[in-house]
Amino acid sequence: MESLERILVEHPFLKDLSPEHVHLIVGCARNIVFEPNKFLFKENEEAHEFYILRSGKVALEIYTPEYGPITIQTIGEGEVLGWSWLIPPYEWNFDGRATELTRAIALDGKCLRGKCEDDHVLGYELMKRLASVFEQRLYAMRLQLLDVYSGTTPKIKK
Amino acid sequence: MDPMIPHPYKIQRVIKETHDTFTLELKSIEKNGTFSFAPGQFNMLYIAGIGEVPISISGNPTKNGSLIHTTRAVGTVTKEMAKLKRSDVIGIRGPFGTNWPVKEAEGNDVLLVAGGIGLAPLRPVIYHILSKREYFGKIILLYGTRTPQDILFRKELEKLKSRLDIDIYVTVDRATRAWNGNVGVVTRLIPRAPFDPINTIAMICGPEIMMRYTITEISRRGIASENIYVSVERNMKCGIGLCGHCLYGTEFICKDGPVFRYDQIQNIFGKREF
Amino acid sequence: MYKIEIKEIDALFELLRGDGYNLIGPVLKDGAVIYDEIESSSDLPIGWTDEQEPGKYRINKSGRNTLFEFTCGPQSWKKFLFPTVQKLFEINKEEKNLFFKPIDEPPKKYAFIGVRACELNAIQIQDKIFTQGEFIDHSYKKRRENLFIIAVNCTSSKGTCFCTSMNAGPKVNNGYDISLTEVYQDYSHYFISHIGSEIGKKFIEKINPSTPNEKEIQTAESLIQTTAAQMERKIDVSKIEDILFENFEHPRWDEVAERCMSCANCTMVCPTCFCTTVEDITDLTGTKAERIRKWDSCFTLDFSYIHGGSIRNSTKSRYRQWLTHKFASWHKQFESSGCVGCGRCITWCPVGIDITAEINAIRETKNIKQVLIEENQ
Repeated sequence: MESLERILVEHPFLKDLSPEHVHLIVGCARNIVFEPNKFLFKENEEAHEFYILRSGKVALEIYTPEYGPITIQTIGEGEVLGWSWLIPPYEWNFDGRATELTRAIALDGKCLRGKCEDDHVLGYELMKRLASVFEQRLYAMRLQLLDVYSGTTPKIKK
Repeated sequence: MDPMIPHPYKIQRVIKETHDTFTLELKSIEKNGTFSFAPGQFNMLYIAGIGEVPISISGNPTKNGSLIHTTRAVGTVTKEMAKLKRSDVIGIRGPFGTNWPVKEAEGNDVLLVAGGIGLAPLRPVIYHILSKREYFGKIILLYGTRTPQDILFRKELEKLKSRLDIDIYVTVDRATRAWNGNVGVVTRLIPRAPFDPINTIAMICGPEIMMRYTITEISRRGIASENIYVSVERNMKCGIGLCGHCLYGTEFICKDGPVFRYDQIQNIFGKREF
Repeated sequence: MYKIEIKEIDALFELLRGDGYNLIGPVLKDGAVIYDEIESSSDLPIGWTDEQEPGKYRINKSGRNTLFEFTCGPQSWKKFLFPTVQKLFEINKEEKNLFFKPIDEPPKKYAFIGVRACELNAIQIQDKIFTQGEFIDHSYKKRRENLFIIAVNCTSSKGTCFCTSMNAGPKVNNGYDISLTEVYQDYSHYFISHIGSEIGKKFIEKINPSTPNEKEIQTAESLIQTTAAQMERKIDVSKIEDILFENFEHPRWDEVAERCMSCANCTMVCPTCFCTTVEDITDLTGTKAERIRKWDSCFTLDFSYIHGGSIRNSTKSRYRQWLTHKFASWHKQFESSGCVGCGRCITWCPVGIDITAEINAIRETKNIKQVLIEENQ
């Protein structure tokens, strides 16, 4: 348990979280490894984990009838994955597939939710960090939506 | 010789790079010898009876060889150009414009951020730097494009990646499962790119929106405005500062650009309708 | 300094024509004073004067037989030095080769008769653009080298003139060959003439001019000074670069855009505007082609077109581009203002937009955001 706590403390996502709070959540944590091409989660499955990636890469995929599975974003080392554990109905929206050997800390969603309900300060600290992640992902997603490399045809008629 | 009169160049080779991008290798009909240019400069390419377009030179400035241009077939002239074959002749005027700061970058780390076709005007920089590798610190290329099929110079990039003295990160906006690399906008590669912001010269080339957001991200990481260079594009008709079309604030893109040091155009870059 | 009369002016014209010069001067045509070929003083708009206000131009008989009692019409001299349409080269397409043939233009010798101070300044500004940059317009240079200028000091100013504010008149300073100041009084009609160059001297001396007396010189001088003093329209261009660069989002731009029709008249009549475009023409066989250069205007929608859209899509952005280029960016590019205060753009704007009013308005309410905040408090 002790080494897991050390890993959590050093991860960029939990930077500046008080040692007491890290200690609180380490109880929900476990070390996990995904082989290349293994799925961390699938669309509509119950979202019961929050992943803090230590190394490797995970592709977020959406399955389309015409083209099969399309990767819309990859998440890598130093980043976090998944927030459906926080929001009812607690189901994954996408598929998550490891594209290479991926090591992560998996935090049990129910356990984390419980701890946040009991300790609102912990809840707020986690929420702040998640809000920052949402903001960055949304920003990046919006740029992706612009499809800036696509060519001359304007996306919107003037 | 009148700078508005093109010189005839013959196509030696046409390379289809991606579904809408192609490269022309050209040699002068009138004179022997190489085409001398600085990385970042452009020529005006003329197709008789159709029109003329400014296209960056994408070849190797350090080597004796053909004149090389890589472009997308997006407008009237470039679509006609895409139909040309070996031995066809086009007109060339140039080279015009300012160049990437390869001299100023000596002694520093170099961060190249390319988006889409923006990799073509930066390729001469890569050639130049690799020819004098010991003059530079870390070299990092961040390249973003639409899909894996749109990756320009893919084989070359793969070869470069296998060199141990240059870091290459490629990302695409979306991909199928056949792609195991990064998916996401190129700005996502910036927070973890291994450059030292105090000693880095950044050169950015791509769609203007992409350059704008890239500048925001690299500034956040601490690269000063005086160390950032961009290549700006506007409508051009003459390429020699006389037709007025490429006016950009106080600058003529064809003479004072297309490469600009960011702090010198900071008051106008990204401003609407300029 | 000399005193000459109309018959000597005609003698001067004869000499110039004999030396191969094509005389271009003001003539009356279609209700306006424009520039065209002339042979003698009788071709000039004798006895005509003009009335100019924003959006208004009228010519009236003055009741005097003056040669130059009008100011600037819709045309400027630029159309002779920098033609509206010019062929750049011809191309012959042959089997696997392209032959580019430059146009061999026989040098044309022009003598401009009646160039005003503002126009002379404009010519000098265009000299800077076309002959003193990194790339030279050879055709302009050739025409310019062969140019003989008879300048005229204005002895009246019209409603839209503001050359005094731009330090561009009404008196000519340099750059001319011969200058004339017309003095018309009930009992005498003469011209005080200054020499501006060696070649001007050569021509004037051949017509045996007389020497003016002190009173005649004074009369001419005071006419010019009165003209300057009576100029009502004024513009303050001190620190104009900073003011315009700091007010790109000033609400005045939106306001003028509601009036501006983007018709491009201002750029066509402006003596310093120099934008062009190119056009490619090919014959039906596809073996011969030409490239033509034509006047263009930044007010057109596709002037700034790239990749599927125009950067300057709104009229506001195009008007702003024109005005800020003319008054601000021009300084950095060509070391002078782009405006000479001739007032043509004000006269010939169909809705009467007055650039002096626009600039004065922005200057008076600059940094408008601060003003709005204060108003709301």
